[in-house]
Amino acid sequence: MTTVVDKTKVPWWAANIIVPLVNLVLALLVSGLFIFIAGENPLQAVKLIIYGSFGYVEGFAYTLYYTTNFIFTGLAFAVAFHCRLFNIGGEGQAYIGGLGVFLVAINFSFLPVPIVWLLAIAGAIIFGAAWAFIPAYLQAKRGSHVVITTIMFNFIASSLMIFLLVDVIRDTAQMGPHTVALPKELWFPTFKDFAHLFGMKIRYSPLNISFIIAIIASFFVWFLIWKTKWGYEMRAVGHNTQAAIYAGISPYKNIIIAMLVSGGLAGMLGINEILGVHHKIVAGFPAGYGFTGIAVALMGRNHPIGIFPAALLFGILYQGGSEVTFDMPNITRYMFIAVQGVIILFSGALENLFRPQIESFFVNRINKENPA
Amino acid sequence: MENLADIASLLNSTFRISTPLIFAAMAGLFAERSGVIDFGLEGKMLAAAFVAAVGSYYFNSPWLGLVLAIIACVSLSMLHGFASVTHKGDQVVSCVAINILMIGLTTALAAAWFGQAGLTPTLKDNQRFLEITLPFADSLQNVPIIGLIYSDIISGHYIFVYIAYLLVPIVFWIVFKTSFGLRIRAVGENPSAVDTAGINVFSMRYKALMVNGVLIAFAGAHLSTAVNANFFREMSAGRGYLALAALIFGKWHPKTALIACLLFGFTDALQIRLQGVPIPGIGLIPVQFIQATPYILTVVLLAGFVGKAIAPNAIGQPYIKER
Amino acid sequence: MVSPILELKDINKSFGHVHANKNINLQISKGTIHGIIGENGAGKSTLMSIVFGLYQADSGTININGKSVKLKSPRDSIESGIGMVHQHFMLVENFSVLENIILGFEGELVFGKNLEKAKKDLINLCETYKLNIDLDSTISDLSVGFRQRVEILKSLYRGAEILILDEPTGVLTPQEVDELFKILRSLKEEGKTIVLITHKLNEIMDLTSEVSVMRQGEMVGHKKTDSTNKEDLAEMMVGRSVLLRINKSSAKQGEVVFSVKDLVVKDDLDVTRIKNVSFDIHEGEILGLAGVTGNGQTELLEALSGIRKIESGEIKLFNEIISNQNNFLDPRILKEKGLAHVPEDRQRMGLVTDFKAYENLIFGYHHQEPFSKSSILKEKEILSFSKKVMDEYDVRPNSPNLITSNFSGGNQQKIILSRELNENPKVLLVGQPTRGVDIGAIEFIHQRLIDMRNKGAAILLVSVELDEVLSLSDRIVVMFDGNIVGEKINKNVTDRELGLLMAGVA
Repeated sequence: MTTVVDKTKVPWWAANIIVPLVNLVLALLVSGLFIFIAGENPLQAVKLIIYGSFGYVEGFAYTLYYTTNFIFTGLAFAVAFHCRLFNIGGEGQAYIGGLGVFLVAINFSFLPVPIVWLLAIAGAIIFGAAWAFIPAYLQAKRGSHVVITTIMFNFIASSLMIFLLVDVIRDTAQMGPHTVALPKELWFPTFKDFAHLFGMKIRYSPLNISFIIAIIASFFVWFLIWKTKWGYEMRAVGHNTQAAIYAGISPYKNIIIAMLVSGGLAGMLGINEILGVHHKIVAGFPAGYGFTGIAVALMGRNHPIGIFPAALLFGILYQGGSEVTFDMPNITRYMFIAVQGVIILFSGALENLFRPQIESFFVNRINKENPA
Repeated sequence: MENLADIASLLNSTFRISTPLIFAAMAGLFAERSGVIDFGLEGKMLAAAFVAAVGSYYFNSPWLGLVLAIIACVSLSMLHGFASVTHKGDQVVSCVAINILMIGLTTALAAAWFGQAGLTPTLKDNQRFLEITLPFADSLQNVPIIGLIYSDIISGHYIFVYIAYLLVPIVFWIVFKTSFGLRIRAVGENPSAVDTAGINVFSMRYKALMVNGVLIAFAGAHLSTAVNANFFREMSAGRGYLALAALIFGKWHPKTALIACLLFGFTDALQIRLQGVPIPGIGLIPVQFIQATPYILTVVLLAGFVGKAIAPNAIGQPYIKER
Repeated sequence: MVSPILELKDINKSFGHVHANKNINLQISKGTIHGIIGENGAGKSTLMSIVFGLYQADSGTININGKSVKLKSPRDSIESGIGMVHQHFMLVENFSVLENIILGFEGELVFGKNLEKAKKDLINLCETYKLNIDLDSTISDLSVGFRQRVEILKSLYRGAEILILDEPTGVLTPQEVDELFKILRSLKEEGKTIVLITHKLNEIMDLTSEVSVMRQGEMVGHKKTDSTNKEDLAEMMVGRSVLLRINKSSAKQGEVVFSVKDLVVKDDLDVTRIKNVSFDIHEGEILGLAGVTGNGQTELLEALSGIRKIESGEIKLFNEIISNQNNFLDPRILKEKGLAHVPEDRQRMGLVTDFKAYENLIFGYHHQEPFSKSSILKEKEILSFSKKVMDEYDVRPNSPNLITSNFSGGNQQKIILSRELNENPKVLLVGQPTRGVDIGAIEFIHQRLIDMRNKGAAILLVSVELDEVLSLSDRIVVMFDGNIVGEKINKNVTDRELGLLMAGVA
């Protein structure tokens, strides 16, 4: 028998904080089981993760560096999802977005640095959005399912980038498939640079001002989705396409807009990776961050306020995880991809597993406190 | 004669390459005909490939490996059912979860257990399926035409290839000529009609998912214990998605889905041939573009030929009885 | 008295905090046609779904032929000899009649001998009851009346002794209703027991020998049909005497503000649903459009409101062409020009049920001032507006932040009405304004529509409830099979005349 809960009486924090937390705990328990199966001690792994991500300044900076990437890709997935589109092509859009950053920066390097940065950011957004456009168009006009087309566009992006890196824009002086480095003055200032300004001596970490850009992007997405008519229309199309048509809201237009914004946000990953870290295009630099964005968004309930802690959590898992892979020979970074899968499962597909029980528990408590 | 031999070898590869797609498309057919979206073919194929390779390695029996792969895939299908049928969760999210989980877990465990950057140990001949030479293939080799067709194209495949092509008519028969198939189709079109006919909608969908799990296991086992002799990371390489595209393009019918799978197989076989071969009038096409053709073809097929009205009517919708 | 074939004792059923059935007792005698009558939402369908095993009662017992039975699933009910023809047919559209009927009762895993036997049995059944159905035709090719026969045949094939029909006539033309009643009478002759759920008094008087009345989840009375009359039953249903026609002053007809000429419209499957339709609506009048469901009303409303493209003809608003074969203005522009639309299906079209109430209260007007300015939503204005209109329309609970799906059907409808009427539209298209709405809200909604008319709006009222059309309209047109088959001034028309027109016979 399903429990029927009077939704109007469920406290907002029970529905939006307690339930997701319970789901997260379940996911982490299952993940612990995997680590155990892999032949390591899960508690030891937790210790290493916490030390690796919080234990020292550089470690924490690394955590925030990963967080930056996950904010971008998490926001990307969330925006499309509000229009009920599964953009799982963040990986490819990020890859192409990186190409945009690099091409703009290298070709406009004669301009003043802040202007080059702004142009490069625009390049990331435009290239990422452009890569999302064809799947968006095909979904809107032909009904081709965006899950399949965006996945295919990931493969195609990967082939295209390898081709470019091998045959077109490769640094011919070097062996590996990567481009030449950007001029040094175009590199984003890192956390270390700032720390040095204030007299703190710390070692290098990849954390850079992209983190601030990610926070700004979060505000932008929050504003777009909840405070503007565009966001309102996207959400209307996502929840009920027929009603949207009735209200004079074009599903076609909104599918395209949502995917362009989504692709642009995914493309912004390139800012962090190219301007902030590698300073050149390295083959495969999106490294799965695009996929992680799905877990981040679902865990964060597709809201920027939820996406930030979710991105931080994955930052901790990545950074702490690299500590684990260093200390525990049986654990590789793939283990943390599996953890993502488990989190998507519990925060997304199984999000209602214990919701009725949890909500009715709090409703009953409230009813007991104030009998009608 | 050389051209004929070329064509024969191209067709031979087409049949081989299409095999995992066919298993996956037939697996997807059962799930989707029953109203459950299955984007998770990719993840299940990976799981099967991993489990089959590991099982076969430990137990020295590819057959036991296959059985374990079936158990693994059926479990994953049940998980998908638990999330999306029982708990009415979002079916696409559940599939994405399974895919990402399996990309991670297979390679993570391979690395943990075998420490070789996510590879399982190479299987010896007694641990894997080998190519089968059909009776008289050798003696017919030199007979014109027949030899070409029988010995060069039809003979000499892994057992899974033959199973796959036998599977398609069997799936057709099950889906259209048995009461089980009738119920599966009905539950994907109008679950209320099935419910009021006194059949449990949920158990029908679980049964369809069980068949789905069994079939997709063959696709994975084919990859890691027949065509290759080990598991390596992300070895399914998007085949689950290609199979799903073939299923959609084939309008959820076994026969047309088979044709779509063969088309994919042929394109892939052709692209392997074309690598490094200059094309008259165009010249040498970069290998990366040629490798991307199956993916581009998928997009083109989905864009060009798919209407919306032909999908099973109730696909993707959890069944809610009480108001 | 003969012991009843079906007996319900103290049945209770709740959905959440809605008590749909309260202590229901009911006895149905073998070989009778027993009516169950009640308003929308009175709990009739829930009760019968419990008997059919679709829902389980929270408490109470069910006896069949004097023996207590546990009906945990439709299977149990079917095996106990109960069949049900649902309001929405339970048929798989792309299956043949035969496939639909044997579904769940195939009798064998691989189709063969039993299938042949089933065919023979079905042909015999068709002959006995004069059902005249081709077993090999596909459901989607059949008319509504035939689909209903397939449902009846399905139940008979499964051995039903008790046949429950839930609002069987709502989708039928009067002739089809006659045919159905003939079939039901012949079933009764053969000794079957029939339970007819309806909210139409005429059907009860025509067909049944006994009638039970439900109101707000309770059984309020049982009568022999001979010893009661429509007025008594109506009073029992509603709980007070019914105002059959609302008080309204005569119309002050003005200029033609909306006109439709030679309209042809196709549906999504490319079937022509509106064949050639012309009419005008004047300021200050309500034009009622009567007709049986599925005769083109849905497509007409969609075409008139700018949702659906038209094939030929033209639609004019204030002498401006808003739609012709080449072009049509979208709903947003039409709203700005003073055309409002209350759609037939509020959940599918009128509302985004996952939105908060205040978001739905501006739906379609969200881009206009004061709700938004330079594309930014003005939350304060929206909320104060929402509180005001929710108060004015008595939407309960009065909480703009509540998710819309938590409101009852009647209150959801009020949300739509308050939104669409608030802008004082010059032309108002209204589809099924009171479908699934409780009595109190119906009167409220009717009064609002009359008020709008009195203020000079031109209103098109599309409704399958003949009573509603008769009570509100100044003029009435009847739609049948995509054509307007008659136009009447409301004062001098009877429901009989309209009924004949709706059947396409007059």
